[in-house]
Amino acid sequence: MKVKVISRSTDEFTRERSQDLQRVFRNFDPNLRKQEKAVEYVRALNAAKLDKVFARPFIGAMDGHIDSISCMAKNPNYLKGIFSGSMDGDIRLWDIASRRTVCQFPGHQGAVRGLTASTDGRILVSCGTDCTVRLWNVPVATISDSDDSSDNSMKPLAVHVWKNAFWGVDHQWDGNLFATAGAQVDIWDHNRSQPVNTFQWGNDSVIAVRFNPGEPDILAASASDRSLILYDLRMSSPARKLIMRTKTNSISWNPMEPMNFTAANEDCNCYSYDARKLDEAKCVHKDHVSAVMDIDYSPTGREFVTGSYDRTVRIFQYNGGHSREIYHTKRMQRVFCVKFTCDASYVISGSDDTNLRLWKAKASEQLGVLLPRERKKHEYHEAVKNRYKHLPEVKRIVRHRHLPKPIFKAAALRRTMTEAERRKEEKRKAHSAPGSISTEPLRKRRIIQEVE
Amino acid sequence: MGVEQENGTPTEMVPASEQDISDELDVKVKKYLRGEGANLEALQDKKLKGQLVIREELYGKSAKAAAKAEKWLMPSEGGYLEAEGIEKTWRIKQESIAREVDILSSKNQYDIVLPELGPYTLDFTSSGRYMAVGGRKGHLAIIDMKNMGVIKDFQVRETVRDVVFLHNELFFAAAQKKYPYIYNRDGTELHCLKEHGSVLKLQFLKNHFLLASINKFGQLHYQDVTMGEMVGNYRTGLGRTAVMQVNPFNGVVGLGHSGGIVTMWKPTSSAPLVKMLCHHGPISALAFHPNGHLMATAGMDKKIKLWDLRKFEVLQTLPGHAKTLDFSQKGLLATGTGSFVQILGDFSGTENYSRYMGHSMAKGYQIGKVLFRPYEDVLSIGHSMGWSCILIPGSGEPNFDSWVANPFETSKQRREKEVHSLLDKLPPETIMLDPTKIGTVRQSRKREKPTKQERKAEMEAAVEDAKSIPLRKKMKGKNKPSKKVKKREEAVARAKKPFLERQMEEENLSTKKQKISGEIELPKSLQRFARKKATT
Repeated sequence: MKVKVISRSTDEFTRERSQDLQRVFRNFDPNLRKQEKAVEYVRALNAAKLDKVFARPFIGAMDGHIDSISCMAKNPNYLKGIFSGSMDGDIRLWDIASRRTVCQFPGHQGAVRGLTASTDGRILVSCGTDCTVRLWNVPVATISDSDDSSDNSMKPLAVHVWKNAFWGVDHQWDGNLFATAGAQVDIWDHNRSQPVNTFQWGNDSVIAVRFNPGEPDILAASASDRSLILYDLRMSSPARKLIMRTKTNSISWNPMEPMNFTAANEDCNCYSYDARKLDEAKCVHKDHVSAVMDIDYSPTGREFVTGSYDRTVRIFQYNGGHSREIYHTKRMQRVFCVKFTCDASYVISGSDDTNLRLWKAKASEQLGVLLPRERKKHEYHEAVKNRYKHLPEVKRIVRHRHLPKPIFKAAALRRTMTEAERRKEEKRKAHSAPGSISTEPLRKRRIIQEVE
Repeated sequence: MGVEQENGTPTEMVPASEQDISDELDVKVKKYLRGEGANLEALQDKKLKGQLVIREELYGKSAKAAAKAEKWLMPSEGGYLEAEGIEKTWRIKQESIAREVDILSSKNQYDIVLPELGPYTLDFTSSGRYMAVGGRKGHLAIIDMKNMGVIKDFQVRETVRDVVFLHNELFFAAAQKKYPYIYNRDGTELHCLKEHGSVLKLQFLKNHFLLASINKFGQLHYQDVTMGEMVGNYRTGLGRTAVMQVNPFNGVVGLGHSGGIVTMWKPTSSAPLVKMLCHHGPISALAFHPNGHLMATAGMDKKIKLWDLRKFEVLQTLPGHAKTLDFSQKGLLATGTGSFVQILGDFSGTENYSRYMGHSMAKGYQIGKVLFRPYEDVLSIGHSMGWSCILIPGSGEPNFDSWVANPFETSKQRREKEVHSLLDKLPPETIMLDPTKIGTVRQSRKREKPTKQERKAEMEAAVEDAKSIPLRKKMKGKNKPSKKVKKREEAVARAKKPFLERQMEEENLSTKKQKISGEIELPKSLQRFARKKATT
């Protein structure tokens, strides 16, 4: 007879000293875990609810300007800094961590309409409706940290007066050039007092300009004749033009897929385009109920933030038709400019109510240093939520956002209108000769013409 | 597990080749994969397909990792009992086992004799560390099985019919003469559950925090012990019974009735999920295999039956009485009757149970309850003269998981676990016959109605079929062309008939609808001019 029975001595299965960690034994046998699928589903549901409980996206407001914020610029070389320009000609550099003004750049007579910093973060370029372009020296990070400001207003490095008012400016990536938008697109050099190059296509003023992050010589501009124009600095004439049904307020290139850009349009939608193939948008991002004023991509290229005239800020996936997040407060007015910070974890919005607001990019993210166990817990919650996201209950909780009443009503109204339009189109199609009416997808419908 | 094999010639130890190891791993991987992967070939959506391919790969990897961890990292191995020569495992006595095993294990073999306080019933916590015992005459006790210390024992001076632990060892419920009560570890009465009435049998559903009871009048009660809410209260309508068992796999409660019927219940429906006739005569005991696919029933008709719960079919019928049945974690089945316990085992892997061990108590002991101790090779027997424990090698799961049930749990860990299990408390709706259905999407049953053209085409096809059937040659005189033509016409009419009938029905329906709507449309002032029906 051979016999063996289970026998566990306490010493082998408990810790030796009280300072030791408790010993942990694992057995992954599915038979030991009863109803594991139901348990997992309940965990997913709880994780979705907890996400809602911990959703506190608003961190704080940066107060100081005395007129509405018109433009912002990130400092590519310094994470904590953000520049903002206002309608009364004031430019400020903020420290995001302490949410205070580090220094001011006085000088503009009218509204500041464009701000940008060079890639090395040394030079700030501003332009405005007073027909001047000003170059400023950005104070070094160490100086900006010491808050006791003996003299925190800066003198411009150079002031260039030009023929027309400016609507926007953008600096070339890794180069010496910057482009201003006004009556035409002007290309400037740091060391010249006059533009080195000028592009014009049509007679309408250009309202936004943005350099491509991957190919430094390519830039996209939008004009008030509802067109989107691509320029190549190596050529003497503009490359391509696309005319849409409504005006584009702002453009942002995807930093990770530099051939794609997204245009924030006056018709409440954003349109993602492939610059090589402009006859059709890659994706239409719908959700705003009023004109989209500004757009900025996250440095990861996976999502972008938009600010709108409907007083909300939304975050979209780069390929998602609807927003994943909406931010609003009672006091925030029309949003004119938004920026993703360079670490992709915060969003800054500047609005009509003279404040900059700082938001978390993920509403329920836990800030601060995470312990490994905490991090694992968060990862597990993400994973179960992702696994059961298609189930109706989880989906409902994850998708639900409370909206301010005017926006909720406006969204409902827009929905009814589009639905009615679609129904009418369907009926018209059904009652006309087959093939005589073709429906265009929304990706194409808003495009009038592509000009080479 | 105890496997009988002939060890005539000493076999050489051959190092396992890589092939063997990979084969062994494959079997284990299959266990951890929890079923087949999704059929990705049938998918049209490329994006979804890509996502699912990655997901399936991940599942495969994690299953492999788990299988490897099982193979190399598990601290202990399961027990076994092997007969040598002409020995038979069922002839081996407990005394001879006690001589062979280590001192620690032989301590698990004992009899507690308490003759005055009547037949005992018992229950274990899920880790097997603590045992609650209840004597019929009112003796309640909690025992720490690790050091054999009585934590608390007290007398309630009332009939005690059943005891059951709640989610941990701090609380237990006892079914007493008039009502069930909940006590804590110190013997303090916490609750009296008057709504349950005089309960015969209690069961606790651990994942759902539900206390299920069956009372004298055959009423089944479910009470949520966290909030105290009564979740369900159902009349079984099949009379008094004390045979109740929870299926651990899906949380369904099985009841055995005096008419030989086994019913299965969930807290959210007033009718049983399953009603099956298992025996001719009253059912005396019921047990579920931990994997949920096997049920054992014993009846007064001197039969023990094993049922496949996926097909609801008898797998095996064994002769014999059983007052009580229990499955161990590794699938051994203990049956107790009179003063004799028999252990059956499934050694062929084909769910064919045969006798494995036996044990007879002293004459005159009446066994009331047998229960395997989780994570140990021990069977506890509650009987009329106290309780006993015997060693059954190969019955328990050798490796515990600290996060599931830990026999060496500290009080801090217990507190932590209580909070976690409360967070993961399942709603009562998750109790269903097939718990793998949770988290899946129900396919829409609604089929679109065939259009008019489709129906027409179908009918024409049927007519063509009918026409093309060759007619048999008949006897002379009955084979006339006119008769043939007539037969063909009849066949065609027969083929057309169902289609026409359906069409008629639909037309009738639509006209009826119109009629009803027409009646409603008539203004009230004009209704009196409408034609009355001819009934009056």
